[in-house]
Amino acid sequence: MSEKKVVRTMIQANNIGKRYGQDIILERVNVRVQEGEFVTLVGASGCGKSTFLKMILGIESATEGELLLDGKPIPNEPGSDRGIVFQQYSVFPHMTVLENVIAAKGFQKSSITGYLFGKEKKAAKQEATEMLEQVGLGHALHRYPHELSGGMKQRLAIAQAVICKPRILLLDEPFGALDPGIRADMHALVLDLWRKHKLTIFMVTHDLKEGFYLGTRLWVFDKLRHDPHAPNAYGASITYDLPVGHMAEPLFDEIDQRIRPLSNADQNIEDTAL
Amino acid sequence: MKKLINYKPNRTSNILLGLLPFAVLIMVYMVSSDARLAMNPDDKLLPAFSQMGESMYRMAFEPSKRSGELLFWQDTASSLTRLALGVLIAAIVGLFVGVLTGALPIFSAGFSPLLTVVSLVPPLALLPILFIVVGLGEVSKITLIAIGITPFIARDIQRRTQEIPAEQLVKAQTLGASTSQILVRVVLPQIMPKLIDAVRLSLGAGWLFLIAAEAIASTDGLGYRIFLVRRYLSMDVILPYVAWITLLAFLVDYLLSKLNRRLFPWSVEAQS
Repeated sequence: MSEKKVVRTMIQANNIGKRYGQDIILERVNVRVQEGEFVTLVGASGCGKSTFLKMILGIESATEGELLLDGKPIPNEPGSDRGIVFQQYSVFPHMTVLENVIAAKGFQKSSITGYLFGKEKKAAKQEATEMLEQVGLGHALHRYPHELSGGMKQRLAIAQAVICKPRILLLDEPFGALDPGIRADMHALVLDLWRKHKLTIFMVTHDLKEGFYLGTRLWVFDKLRHDPHAPNAYGASITYDLPVGHMAEPLFDEIDQRIRPLSNADQNIEDTAL
Repeated sequence: MKKLINYKPNRTSNILLGLLPFAVLIMVYMVSSDARLAMNPDDKLLPAFSQMGESMYRMAFEPSKRSGELLFWQDTASSLTRLALGVLIAAIVGLFVGVLTGALPIFSAGFSPLLTVVSLVPPLALLPILFIVVGLGEVSKITLIAIGITPFIARDIQRRTQEIPAEQLVKAQTLGASTSQILVRVVLPQIMPKLIDAVRLSLGAGWLFLIAAEAIASTDGLGYRIFLVRRYLSMDVILPYVAWITLLAFLVDYLLSKLNRRLFPWSVEAQS
């Protein structure tokens, strides 16, 4: 990886909690993340991993504790320093592949419409084409998103996010709807972009294996306390915070056992929905 | 023998089955018309097609004795102009109100209750007010059409705007887009095909308001003409006029749907 990485805390969560009415989703989450880390978030559904991601994104806010970005409270709306790729609906259906990425460049400019003209447009087009070639969409520049496969759409969404040079890239189950073979390609792509652009990545996934082998750090969200009569009385927290690459097989199985029943059920629902 | 529910007509029989009711209706009309005319050659209720043809030829190709105009084309042009202007105004106002209230919660809070109430006011009940305020001229008819269909278009566009996945709006923000950039680049282009759809759906109501306004106060127009000749029981003019209005309505709808496919090729498939 990069040679002279400045090691400093980028994201800091101090005793974060989140509740909706009576339901507690998250409680007592305390973590620090340094610049350049690749964190994967796994856990059963409804365990708050997506909620945590949305807090970093700025569309949810913590009801307790504080979430800091570079020591300051994280902005409470999405911004260009934090890119996102959702599982779907991440690209604009009315623009071609190339237009999607050029539009992303246009949004960087502070104008009413974000349209680019003349030299600026030419430069943006050049840069967008290079970016798209990097993610393997060089042959599909003038297609509309509905003409792309699921994997290609996600490549486009990633290209769009990365061209804006975010510091943090958030991935919300980006490959959940893709075939296993295509997933492997996407993993290679994400790792490549992560190294090349020195990103800090947070990725939510259902697939424990993906979490175990893709990033540098794995978080498992789970409930520490459980009241069978009031399933939502206690929130989830980060129960395992592991550096990836130094783990023994039994641990994988142990975590797998803990989160499998629910995450498998989800997987099936997704499969039938497609 | 297949069950009836599984029996699908092929292409030819599909077209033939579609034409059959029209042929039957025309046949029934011709037989009844002949029967009545045989009893009384001056019968006005069910004129023969030849009588309608003569009357329409007179309306379309012989200058009127009073004004020297070709009444049929004059009526058609006046009516279509009124309809087009009314619908255009409604589409523009509806688009603005719909997009703003659909995309910006603060506008929605301010305008949605008003929009709901306004859409419940029966537009024809406002016609006397329009006559009093803006007079009996063109403005009152155009305004009636505009007032009549704007709430429908605005609410439809509002709903369509809210249907745009929130993910897209968040994504645009993470790419650095401002509110105006999101409205102009993300929301508006995706709403344009929906606007054309909304206009197509509202044209039926548009024709209704047009003909009502023309029937009450006008000096030309398709609606004016059929209500005028009603006094002389001129079914030979009324029936062709009704058929002509139907054809115009069909053509406008057809052209708009073609326009939609031509201008927004991504929208048909992208819906799925």
